[in-house]
Amino acid sequence: MEYNEHKPIYLQNVDLMQEKIMRGEWPEEERIPSVREMGASVGVNPNTIVRSYQLLESQDIIYNKRGMGYYVKDGAVARIKENVKREFIANELPRFKAKAGMLGIGKEELIDLL
Amino acid sequence: MIEIKGLSFAYSGYKVLDNITTSFGPGRIYGLLGANGVGKSTMFKLLCGLLTTKQGTIEIDGSSPIGRKPGFLSKIFYVPEDFEGPDMSIGHYASGVAQFYPNYDAELFARLLSEFEIDAERKFTTLSLGQRKRAILALALALRTEYLFLDEPTNGLDIPSKAEFRKMVAAAMDEKRTIIISTHQVRDVENLLDHIMILDKRAVLLDKSVSDIQSEYLFDISANVPEDALYVEPGLGGCCFISNNTSGEESRVNIELLFNYINSKKK
Repeated sequence: MEYNEHKPIYLQNVDLMQEKIMRGEWPEEERIPSVREMGASVGVNPNTIVRSYQLLESQDIIYNKRGMGYYVKDGAVARIKENVKREFIANELPRFKAKAGMLGIGKEELIDLL
Repeated sequence: MIEIKGLSFAYSGYKVLDNITTSFGPGRIYGLLGANGVGKSTMFKLLCGLLTTKQGTIEIDGSSPIGRKPGFLSKIFYVPEDFEGPDMSIGHYASGVAQFYPNYDAELFARLLSEFEIDAERKFTTLSLGQRKRAILALALALRTEYLFLDEPTNGLDIPSKAEFRKMVAAAMDEKRTIIISTHQVRDVENLLDHIMILDKRAVLLDKSVSDIQSEYLFDISANVPEDALYVEPGLGGCCFISNNTSGEESRVNIELLFNYINSKKK
């Protein structure tokens, strides 16, 4: 796995986990790898991985079954899409708009391009 | 738990550590950083009783390394930067060493060697530096000691071996172990570290968990450096800088930048 420069590792790991859930690699209501397994597969400190799991748990994406491990929560895919969309609108869209404005690309030209 | 109090050490009058006080707790992987010659390797040797403390004290779970008691030594393993290895096969050497370490896992050792593509029948004297390093790292992890000290562990490793090494260490970590990695190759191990310690001859300049560093500082790269930036380094694609984290948003810790910032404050 390649890590980018700006996001903390635990958040990049959250992105990776969300992607796996969205792609269906980790289906809803199924068990996902343990913190230890996840850490070993990406070469990241398990304490860092714990933070990713805690964040996803607090967002109702995964949940902990006592003694059984972590599972993907029912409806997780829809919630992830909602979160990612919100982030896209809040962060990426303004940057995109600013760049288009700077280059003088108008609304109609943009619609044609899209 | 390792507790170091007022530790000083000198090689024939030349001081490397001067009145250092610090501690290392369980369940963490420490990155021990410091300029050449501040005494990182010396500290490792003092911790495992290869050198004797003359001033100050070291206690590991309440015992001093000076006694070199078997029960104490069986909890500790140290991998030096340059490991030559004796004129015997890896397997033979490992089975000798392993007798002193009750938690040794022979199956794990075999698996780690095969992941590193090392044949246990080979003699150390027929191996390259990188191969010897892989063999001793596999053994170090398979001994499953509570305390593991790795001095420049990625030196000599090829690119795929570095990734393998990270996976092995991440898999080996648990809440009882303390792993201390000293390195100048920060990039090789940064994802493994959850605690950074920056050492100077006369003081521990920084001793903080990565998550505390993330909440305290913001690391960014931009053409417009904010006026209140704490530290700036020009680079491609803008200036890298550190500022106080006031937004609560976390960024990835740039350990090299942090190191340079902390060292610049000292002067």
